[in-house]
Amino acid sequence: MNIHEILDKPFLPEDAGVTPTDVVITSRVRLARNLSDFAFPGRATSAQKREVLSRCQAAVLKLSEMKGGSFHEMDALSKLEKQVLVERHLVSRELCEADRAGIAISEDLSSSIMVNEEDHLRMQVLLPGFSLDKTWEAMTEIDTHLEDSLDFAFSDQLGYLTACPTNLGTGLRASMMLHLPGLVMANQMEKVVRAVNQLGIAVRGLYGESSEASGSLFQISNQQTLGEEEATIITRLNNVLETIIEHETNARLKLVETSRERIFDKIGRAFGILQNGHLLSSNESMNSLSLVRLGLDLGLLPLKHRTLLDQLFIESQPGHVQIAAGREISPDERDRHRATQIRNAFRKLPLLDFNKIKEPSPTES
Amino acid sequence: MGKEIKCHVCESSATVHLTQIIGSKIHKVNLCEECAQRLGVMDPGGLSVADLVEKGLVSIPGEELPSAPTDQSCSNCGYTVAQLNKTGRLGCSDCYSALESEIHPMLERMHSGTEHVGKVPLKVLSRTQKRRKVDKLSKELQLAIYEERYEDAAQLRDELKTLKEEESPVA
Repeated sequence: MNIHEILDKPFLPEDAGVTPTDVVITSRVRLARNLSDFAFPGRATSAQKREVLSRCQAAVLKLSEMKGGSFHEMDALSKLEKQVLVERHLVSRELCEADRAGIAISEDLSSSIMVNEEDHLRMQVLLPGFSLDKTWEAMTEIDTHLEDSLDFAFSDQLGYLTACPTNLGTGLRASMMLHLPGLVMANQMEKVVRAVNQLGIAVRGLYGESSEASGSLFQISNQQTLGEEEATIITRLNNVLETIIEHETNARLKLVETSRERIFDKIGRAFGILQNGHLLSSNESMNSLSLVRLGLDLGLLPLKHRTLLDQLFIESQPGHVQIAAGREISPDERDRHRATQIRNAFRKLPLLDFNKIKEPSPTES
Repeated sequence: MGKEIKCHVCESSATVHLTQIIGSKIHKVNLCEECAQRLGVMDPGGLSVADLVEKGLVSIPGEELPSAPTDQSCSNCGYTVAQLNKTGRLGCSDCYSALESEIHPMLERMHSGTEHVGKVPLKVLSRTQKRRKVDKLSKELQLAIYEERYEDAAQLRDELKTLKEEESPVA
C-alpha cells in the first residue's frame, strides 16, 4: 500500500463495527515502548536510531495486524504527505521532524506505529465512536505480539520505561475526540475542563496541546500513566466521558428549548455558507461544519450523512486541501479549493428540514 | 512583619508572591493585585514567570538553586540532572535508576502512584516465575541434602539444571 492509497482511503474505517455518535467521534489508545538496549531517540546516535528503525520495521511487518499495511520512512515522504498523515492523526508533528523515523500503517488505517518519535515505539489504535474498550483490546494485542520479536525496556518497579517520565508505567494514553457544541455555546467548557482536570484528565483541541478547539472539537485524555492498571485508567475515562455526554446532551436540550430560533438561525446560516461559499478558511469551515453536524444530531438531516460531515472536518484541513489540489498552494488558493470541495460534497445532502427537530436523545451514545 | 514588599512593576504594596523554578534558577516575583491581574498571573496555567521576565515586564535576577546536584549523571549514557531539568526527558532506560533521587519526587507529583501495577511483558512474567521456581527448588534441594534424601536431591538437582539451561540458552 503506497502513500497515495492511504490518502485515498476514508479517514474513518467504515467496517470497524462501531460508528461515530453524536458526541464521540473517535476513540484512541496509544502505547509508548522502548527497546531495552538502546538510548531513547532524543539521546541515541543516528546509527543507533537506524538500527532501532530496522529492528522495529522487521518486527512490525511480521504482525498479523499489519498484513496488507505499509511501512514508510519519514524521509521518503513529501512535506505535504506528512502533513496529511498528521491531520489524520496517524503520525505526530514531532515524528515529521525526527531523525531516522518511520511509520507503519495498517490496511484499514485503524492502527499505526511510529518509530523513533520521542520513544522508540509509539503505537496507536484509533476507532470511530465510543469504543475505548475495544480499542484497548486491539492495542494490547499488538503490543503483546511485538514482544515476541522485541525486548522492551521494563522495570518491575516502574513498568515500561519511557523517555519522558509523564508516560512511565503503562505508557498508556487513552483519548476520545468529542464534539461539544452545546457546552461551547452555553459557555460551560471552562467549567468542564476545570472539573475533569481534577480527575487527572486533560482536555485539548483537535490537534493537540497548542491547538485551539475550532469546530467545538475536543480531545480528552488521561494524564497519569503510573500507579494504576490500564483497565482502571480506561474505566475512569469512560465514566468521565459519560458525564460529559450527559452535560452536552442537556446543554443541547436547553438550547433547543430556550433559544430555538437562535440555534436554527446559526445552523441554517452555516449550511448556507458551506453549500454556497466560494472562499472558506479552515476555521470558518470547521465552525460551520460543527453547526451542521449539530443540526444533523437534532434531526434536521438524515443520520446517514454524519460520516460525510466527519470526513469533511478532516478534509478541510490545509494538508488535505492541498493534496486534493495536487500541489502546495497558498492559503488564499486553499480557501477557494476548500470551498469548492465542500460545495461539491454538499450536493449529496438534502436541505435542512427544520420540522424534523427532535430532542437530543440521551440514550444514543 | 516590618518592611513592606513592593510590587515589581508599580511599586505599590505587593500581595501576590510567585516563585518559579526555571532550569536551575529560582525566580521570585512580587506583584500588587492589579498588576497580577493585568499580567494574567491570576489565570492558572497561563502563568509563567519566565514569560514575564522574557517580555521585560519584570526584571528579577534568578538565583541559583541551592545545592542542586547537577553533577549527578547516568553511567550508561552520560545524561545529567541538569539535562533532565532542562528537557524534562531522560537519556536511556538506565537513567531511571541512575537519577532516581531526582526522578522519584517528580513521579510522586505526576502520577497516582510510584509503582507500576499494569501490564507486564510475558517474557518478564515468565522470567519472574522461573526465578521464583529456581529459588524454591534450591531450597528444597538444600533440605533434601540436609535430611540425607539423596534420591530426591538428585532429582531436584536435575530439575534445577534443566530449568537453568532454559533460562540462559547458548547464543
